[in-house]
Amino acid sequence: MSVFVDKDSKVIIQGFTGQHATFHAEESMAFGTKVVGGVTPGKGGTTHLGLPVFNSVAEAVEETGATVSGIFVPPAIATDSLLEAVDAGIQIAVIIADGVPVQDMVRTKRYLAGRSTTIIGPNSPGIITPGECKVGIMPSNIYAPGRVGVVSRSGTLNYEAVSQMTGLGLGQSTCVGIGGDPVNGTDFKTVLQAFENDDDTDVVVMIGEIGGQQEVEAAAWASQYMTKPLACFIAGVSAPRGRRMGHAGAVIAGDSDTATAKLDAIEGLGHAVVRNPAEIGDTVLRAVKEAGSGPGSAS
Amino acid sequence: MNIHEYQAKELLKSYGIPVPPGEVVYSDRAAARVAEELGGSRWVVKAQIHAGGRGKGGGVKLANSVGKVTDLADQMIGSTLVTAQTGDTGKRVHRVLIERASRIDREFYLGMIVDRVSQKIVVIASAEGGVEIEQVATERPDAIHTEFVDPGVGLLDFQCRKVATAIGLANRAASFTRLLKRIYRLFRDKDCLLLEINPFIVTEDGDLVALDCKMQFDDNALYRQSAVAELRDFDEEDPKEVDASGHGLNYVALDGNVGCIVNGAGLAMGTMDAIAHHGGRPANFLDVGGGASPEKIANAFRIVLTDPNVHAILVNIFAGINRCDWIAQGVVQAAKDLTIDVPVIVRLAGTNVEEGRRILTESGLAVIQAADLDDAAAKAVAAVAEVAT
Repeated sequence: MSVFVDKDSKVIIQGFTGQHATFHAEESMAFGTKVVGGVTPGKGGTTHLGLPVFNSVAEAVEETGATVSGIFVPPAIATDSLLEAVDAGIQIAVIIADGVPVQDMVRTKRYLAGRSTTIIGPNSPGIITPGECKVGIMPSNIYAPGRVGVVSRSGTLNYEAVSQMTGLGLGQSTCVGIGGDPVNGTDFKTVLQAFENDDDTDVVVMIGEIGGQQEVEAAAWASQYMTKPLACFIAGVSAPRGRRMGHAGAVIAGDSDTATAKLDAIEGLGHAVVRNPAEIGDTVLRAVKEAGSGPGSAS
Repeated sequence: MNIHEYQAKELLKSYGIPVPPGEVVYSDRAAARVAEELGGSRWVVKAQIHAGGRGKGGGVKLANSVGKVTDLADQMIGSTLVTAQTGDTGKRVHRVLIERASRIDREFYLGMIVDRVSQKIVVIASAEGGVEIEQVATERPDAIHTEFVDPGVGLLDFQCRKVATAIGLANRAASFTRLLKRIYRLFRDKDCLLLEINPFIVTEDGDLVALDCKMQFDDNALYRQSAVAELRDFDEEDPKEVDASGHGLNYVALDGNVGCIVNGAGLAMGTMDAIAHHGGRPANFLDVGGGASPEKIANAFRIVLTDPNVHAILVNIFAGINRCDWIAQGVVQAAKDLTIDVPVIVRLAGTNVEEGRRILTESGLAVIQAADLDDAAAKAVAAVAEVAT
């Protein structure tokens, strides 16, 4: 098991015939991902990388039975592609684009109400279950199968944390990049819930950033309902103030969205926190040992 | 992206939201002409800069004669205005807004933001207008009313009436509702992130008027907001940040001495934190983004080196979509094109890392290579300490 994607997930790629999509589709296929086709409007009926190309997501789902979509299109058309995937009943829609207008995501969240799609992203490196399935742009070779669940906003910080863990022999069950945008498809709490329910995850690492309260809310939820240990890092302790949304934003967010405030709050909730990003791996290793379970095997 | 008050007011006007009659000018002569054209006996001269706190900083003044308008405009234009929000260096005033003075009966605060917690647009209102809303929030949180907008149906009339009642405008609920819905429409149409009208007033004649206005727009939406994008005033931005964004780099100047060149916003912040953890101080945040070419890396070096406080540069790349060999080529190119007289520490990981390290080693450059993030931060802080001794 794992969360959201595994070796049986049937994946389509939206924007399939584009340069970036082609590159990452090939990488994902080499990783073992079951890519079953792709969508490029106007190129339906052709083949690409030996797989069928469809004009619409609905057609692709109908013909291939895909439940996961990797959306590799530019920000200006990303929302449309995303909503098309939602409408077609895609279960996991992974949206990579960095630069989606925030009000598009506000409307997208409303559109999701009453539908079953889980959106990963935007501004996300994607999602990866090592040894089984990768939908995203991350460098495959740093990941190793194991029992640590990782959820992060940032892509490169996810790579940093994962490489530290893999170096210490701690493999990962699934790594989810929820994306760095202020309004994103899936929040930390939802991913923590998934990891809590996953038999193959023993420990969870949450990697957040300054801004908002998502990490603290997720940690509060975890204190109450999660049985598995949680370790947390928040980037931006040394970041300057004043990159917020002016006074009105502060009325909603207050002073509680600095990295230090969030780390203190999460520590106060009884979770392990990491204050130096170079020590994420060590902290997870300690959490694993304290939890009494053996370290996740990196095969 | 931020715009000036006078530009924000022109947008309000185009949506039928009343603002005081006025015009922006670039000289004292034009100021006098505008005051005469506006008529009346009292005018306000307002310095146009992208920072709040102008009133206390001396950037908003009342004039009782056309002569006084001319004098004030003459004093303000070309001067440097220091407010609580500009920092000590202040901001140069290039233009002033001349308005006919309003006769104020009551003042309110009215704001709209995209709230990341509720993931909705939120209306914020208070009867305590004219003062900073942050102060009101701390001292009298009950005095602030918020209303969350369902994006499926938009801002509804009953919500506007609730806001009107909350701020003591129940007797003008109908006209207030019309106004608030126009503001919401503008906010949606133009991809605003923040819109603040402070104060928003009722005049002695009973009219609702936006006396001051601040607007912030979503940079990610500027591709479909060409009219808004044209309002950008580069003079108001840090020239280094403008230079960086022109090369696809995200740069923010800080006050430390370790220059940073990193890929990804999260790792860029993490790198700053690791430096701080080792007792150092980052000189900047810099994210080179994905697919960084050698030219982009060389530009990053150039921009970081314009900061005279930089005593060492730490390059930290964890390449996924990037390529370490390109990054290494960029470092070599920067060393060739620029005079780099500070230690350079490079940590490479991820895609094509072996090739990248080989390029650096074979270049013969005095680059300090680091094995991992901790090693890199420690070496950068040590290098700065050595320079200082």
